[in-house]
Amino acid sequence: MTAEHVTTEPAMSEETLRSRVLGVVADWSSDQRSFKSASWGKAMMWIFLVSDTFVFSCFLISYMTVRMSTTVEWPHPSEIFALDIGGKKIPLILIAIMTFDLITSSGTMAMAVNFAYARERKKAAILMLVTAFFGAAFVGMQAFEWTKLIHEGVRPWGNPFGAAQFGSSFFMITGFHGFHVSIGVLFLLIVARAVWRGDYDVGRPGFFTSRKGRYEIVEIMGLYWHFVDLVWVFIFAFFYLW
Amino acid sequence: MTAMTDDTTHAHGHAPLAHAAQPAAQAHGQQHPIKLYLLVWTLLFVLSACSYLVDYFDFQGLLRWTLIIVFMMLKAGLIVAIFMHMAWERLALVVAILLPPLAVLVLMAMMAWEGGYTNYLRVFFFGA
Repeated sequence: MTAEHVTTEPAMSEETLRSRVLGVVADWSSDQRSFKSASWGKAMMWIFLVSDTFVFSCFLISYMTVRMSTTVEWPHPSEIFALDIGGKKIPLILIAIMTFDLITSSGTMAMAVNFAYARERKKAAILMLVTAFFGAAFVGMQAFEWTKLIHEGVRPWGNPFGAAQFGSSFFMITGFHGFHVSIGVLFLLIVARAVWRGDYDVGRPGFFTSRKGRYEIVEIMGLYWHFVDLVWVFIFAFFYLW
Repeated sequence: MTAMTDDTTHAHGHAPLAHAAQPAAQAHGQQHPIKLYLLVWTLLFVLSACSYLVDYFDFQGLLRWTLIIVFMMLKAGLIVAIFMHMAWERLALVVAILLPPLAVLVLMAMMAWEGGYTNYLRVFFFGA
């Protein structure tokens, strides 16, 4: 390994990759903690998120299956989710706004994690409240969307636009995602309150446990929130755009 | 804290393994520059706008599907790597979390086959 080679790609040289792969083997070997850079709380949240990935994957795959197998034309989301703004019909605009809203909430969440670790608890709590606000706004827009579609006659068993499976897929997928966002908003409010009060400075127990809470809960909370955003990326691509 | 020393790796006598593994577990907080988050945020906005434009300009067929998938994967990658800090985690966690969901692709392939077959039967028998 020449010095020249090392300097060209410091981020992921062959040696670094080799050392990282050997690190995986070492971390998983035996009788030791496997996730050395992650606490139990973070590792458990990640494992929960993997299981949730499978849940949403099953929804999206069953949606794919019914859409592929039906002989009736699939309704056009572009037209169904269009809104009249200033006399003009803009396709899919509501969903675009919801997407930007959720991405914004992810941005504020990421910054909240940063401030929490910096022990700037007021800033962290305010950013979490902003995140919760955008989350609640998302759920509100979804409620508006559901109301609009139900008024137009979309039902889980049929709709006036095309294939009957559209309704069941729509209510199931967006409903489950909206439920995740709602739980996330509650979780955010609880943690924001604890951060604001300084619970993690004085070591007051967390809400699920009698152990001392730590500022890491903000990062763990953030993982859940970003995951909800991540799921929306896939729903947006496969359900609304495809 | 549960700072567990991994003397076991040293005991095996594999020098590279011992070198690659950190001497003790370190659960460290993830703190990164706000600037990076703002950059990712901007990129996510741009990518979302791009995927929205795919629909707005009504691209169809292979071009549409390719663009949707590309923008989707880029957005998902940014969220997982930066916002969820996967880029800074040890590879042991990364592979444990990111590899299992790939099994979903197998289910997807099987169900695509199944869906196509059901569609074929419906057309064949009901001539819809």
